[in-house]
Amino acid sequence: MKERLSREVIALRAAKEFFDGAVVNLGGGVPTLAANFVPEGRTVIFHTENGALGFGPVPSGESEAQPHWMGANGLPFLPLPGMCFFHHADSFAMIRGGHIDITVLGALQVSEKGDLANWTFPERGVGNIGGAMDLAFCCKRVIVAMEHTTPKGELKILKECIYPITAPRCVSLIVTDVAVITVSKAGLVLEEVAPGWTAEEVQALTGPKLLVARGMKEMQL
Amino acid sequence: MAIKKIVSTPDETVADISDGATIMMGGFGHAVDRPQNLIKALAKKGVKNLTIISNSAGVAGKLGIGSLGGKPFIDEEVLIENGQVKKVICSVPASLVMSKPNAFERLYKEGKIELEYVPQGTLVERIRAGGAGLGGFYTPTGVGTLIEKGKEKRTIDGKEMIFEFSLKADYAFIRAYKADTMGNLIYKGIMRSFNAVMPQAVRVAIVEVEEIVETGGLDPEIIITPGIFVDRIVKIPREGSS
Repeated sequence: MKERLSREVIALRAAKEFFDGAVVNLGGGVPTLAANFVPEGRTVIFHTENGALGFGPVPSGESEAQPHWMGANGLPFLPLPGMCFFHHADSFAMIRGGHIDITVLGALQVSEKGDLANWTFPERGVGNIGGAMDLAFCCKRVIVAMEHTTPKGELKILKECIYPITAPRCVSLIVTDVAVITVSKAGLVLEEVAPGWTAEEVQALTGPKLLVARGMKEMQL
Repeated sequence: MAIKKIVSTPDETVADISDGATIMMGGFGHAVDRPQNLIKALAKKGVKNLTIISNSAGVAGKLGIGSLGGKPFIDEEVLIENGQVKKVICSVPASLVMSKPNAFERLYKEGKIELEYVPQGTLVERIRAGGAGLGGFYTPTGVGTLIEKGKEKRTIDGKEMIFEFSLKADYAFIRAYKADTMGNLIYKGIMRSFNAVMPQAVRVAIVEVEEIVETGGLDPEIIITPGIFVDRIVKIPREGSS
């Protein structure tokens, strides 16, 4: 079995999409890690749906953590100059109103058309929608950052999602531990492969047929 | 005119709540934004058949997710475990750690508790609309998913949207940082979340605060919740849950 990229490296690659001045909301899991990899020289304004904007990284020690400074992921954050707080109705006005440039979300399944399923699966019988639907429907750009297959090796990128969807046709970019794929009208386009991987090997772990980009390259990390 | 909103104990603030009440519970899900002392008082009172409107059905407190040092805190789970809750209207009903199911999941699987799933942004806007005297609103969130089931659809500005009704309740349990005796509230950091939206949408808004100051003791420029939305204020007991 070929070596796959770590969760940190998936997050690092996703973070390369953050442009200077972007307003970004990160989902839990792998996406949360992207906060640590903002490309040098770029300023990113992070949004958390529980009501803060423009905050800093997770403090390294407990002593700097404050109970009133915590993100939706349950982790404390450090203050930054210009940080601000607001209530939930304003927070989701930012999301639904199209004021968030990029959201990075985890996924259970993504379809060929960019449908996202990330809130439940039938065996659990119940699930957590949380803020994911509003984010997936309304952010200007939705990036999925995830492992390419489940720990059991089941495919996650499928022709159609089997699990209940969070939002239809919302995903524009999929970053995984083996590839970077864009969602286009013509289908999924393989843009980058992890070091040492070939297009055929990525295709073998992907449900729908991948179109290989003319300039397909190895992921720059 | 004498305004009397200060109540001396959490138990007294919930004394008139009866079986079948609908209660909004503020906060997002962190220890610092949850009305822990009011929830505790309601658990002690033991009223039943409650409908809870909240971001969650008590998914983080026992696990200590969202508190410094992972210290457990009180949330809706104590009421659900007590068998006091008939229905939950929320966006996050299930435990944040799949291997550790919460009381809600256990009862839901046995068919002993009802659930209305609401995406978080829709939930807060339904509450905001309720407080603002509106009947509801159209939102794109949920179109083409399980959420759209049974809802009126309309295309606005070229975008398909579903109609969502506003929400109101009998009571709100709110956590704020400071109140003055008029009921004006200020918050700290992330505390505003649902706390600064729910008082408007209920008949009786009950607030627990860290500190109560005299009228005039809060700068009017920084008040977030105007006092007319607030009915009862109680200072968090020193031995209380923070």
